[in-house]
Amino acid sequence: MNSERQSIVTLSAADGKVREKRRSPWWEVWRRLRRNKAALVGMTVVVLLVVVAILAPVLAPYDPNQTNMTQRLKGPSSAHPLGTDNFGRDMLSRVIYGSRISLYVGFVAVGIGAIFGGILGAICGYYGGRLDNFIMRCMDVLLAIPQIILAIAIVGALGTSLLNLMIAVGISQLPRYARVVRASALTVRGQEFVEAAKAVGASDARIIIENILPNCMAPIIVQSTLGVAQAILSAAALSFLGLGIQPPTAEWGSMLSSGRQFLRQAPYLTFFPGLAISIVVLALNIFGDGLRDSLDPKLRQ
Amino acid sequence: MLRYFFKRLMFLVPVLFGVSILIFSIVHLAPGDPAEVMLGPAATQEDIANLREQLGLTKPLYVQYGIFLGNALKGDLGRSIKSNAPVMEEIMERFPATLTLALLGMTFAIVVGLPLGILAALKQNTWVDALCSFLALVGFSIPNFWIALMLMLLLSIYIPILPSSGFDSWKNLIMPTIVLGIQTMAVIARMTRSSMLEVIRQDYVRTAKAKGISDRLVLTRHILSNVMIPVVTIAGLYFGHQLGGVVITETVFSIPGLGRLIVDAIRAQDYPVVQGGVLFFAFCVGIVNLLVDLLYAVLDPRIKAQYRAAK
Repeated sequence: MNSERQSIVTLSAADGKVREKRRSPWWEVWRRLRRNKAALVGMTVVVLLVVVAILAPVLAPYDPNQTNMTQRLKGPSSAHPLGTDNFGRDMLSRVIYGSRISLYVGFVAVGIGAIFGGILGAICGYYGGRLDNFIMRCMDVLLAIPQIILAIAIVGALGTSLLNLMIAVGISQLPRYARVVRASALTVRGQEFVEAAKAVGASDARIIIENILPNCMAPIIVQSTLGVAQAILSAAALSFLGLGIQPPTAEWGSMLSSGRQFLRQAPYLTFFPGLAISIVVLALNIFGDGLRDSLDPKLRQ
Repeated sequence: MLRYFFKRLMFLVPVLFGVSILIFSIVHLAPGDPAEVMLGPAATQEDIANLREQLGLTKPLYVQYGIFLGNALKGDLGRSIKSNAPVMEEIMERFPATLTLALLGMTFAIVVGLPLGILAALKQNTWVDALCSFLALVGFSIPNFWIALMLMLLLSIYIPILPSSGFDSWKNLIMPTIVLGIQTMAVIARMTRSSMLEVIRQDYVRTAKAKGISDRLVLTRHILSNVMIPVVTIAGLYFGHQLGGVVITETVFSIPGLGRLIVDAIRAQDYPVVQGGVLFFAFCVGIVNLLVDLLYAVLDPRIKAQYRAAK
């Protein structure tokens, strides 16, 4: 979090006694987070979903792609708790497997956005001047196009695939990370420890990686948590429009899209995948909010 | 004021220039040859080569971009590959529906979101606050295409009072308005709440109360006028985001608007329409941001004074 504080901790480590009283900044964050009940609930749900995604092959009662034409469009029953779709596939298994793709896409897309956006932002904040101006104007260009439309255009150009979907969503999120990191890098760059690093002869790249970026972690983490929620929504929206994950892959957005034509006969086909998306996104948003409050009370709006 | 307006309008130029380069590159990096798409699988190599020549696809990319930009400045965005109609004409034909939806969605967001936020702040830390805040968070998290389908299920199938598609009467507009506005509503409610909580604690509010002004008047004159500034900012920023939402709304409710035009164009690899449509969206977002800036001046006398001084 705060390198100044970290340095105090290491300095005070010299006399041993003081060190025990001081806990790491992360412990402090955890302490504040624990008091926020809503954030804890959000976090628990997110962790549970990650577990479900990992254990999907164990938890799912059927193969998500196993068709069974004798069991088409059956409503929820004890054999199929969430019913079956128009190919007789078990919806529960498909919803469980769908969590894998959504979380995977969400995390990778944010990874792409946060890494590239973060590096750009750090460069802007650290160097300033013309380069900063140029990069930020490029970000303005990206921001000028509504996120989902930009993502649609990119997917349209690259073609529909899992990787392209993640790239499109990641790029459309890039400016927010660049802005956030730039803002914190601007405040960090004038501080003594950066000057000290310069004086010792550290290269710019090294200063950015070792001094600037670690000090921007708090806003990056908050943005990323909320960003995963946004990315999952965008990815599902693209799949819903037929521009993301293609059937028969079990993905929530595309399940909604194929269930749509059976809205009248089999509403559960659209109800459950949508509910799943809502729960994930809601949990991530609640957790992200709580994290923001506990990571840095100053960031609280 | 007018001078400031034109100065801000000039800022829009480099951004739109950048958008034009970006979208041109995206579209032209795409695999797939427009000439092939136009002629279909039965075309001979010769036909394709001829058409490529005709469309100017054999020229170097930067020359193609130059031509595109030159024409765009004259308001000519090329012709649709699919319908052969001028892209600008197609956009203008579809724009009214999208604009109507966007304005209605924003109105819904403000009319519902603002009171929700005010209520939550006035009843801070009660169950009313918790409920309002939770509703806002839910509104922010639920995918709009799912809301669209669930509303359809409820109001077109179970209790058939609203039509599920089309764009003929006011009844067609109700569900799309809610779907489009709900996220912005949530954002406005949250912003209003936090902004209210800050303003309520200000000295001038205490002074106003101490003077014996009625609660109602303090709320409308002293609190709300200050709350509005950040709320307008966030609403303006979100307007662009919400404009993206028309893609979903128009697709689900079969409304012939700009969003659907772009989605259909991408599916059909109709690149002039994609290019022109995205550029037009960016233009709209830019104009909205400009209007929001001007609205500040109306809402905040301090900013207005700055403009006067700058003159």
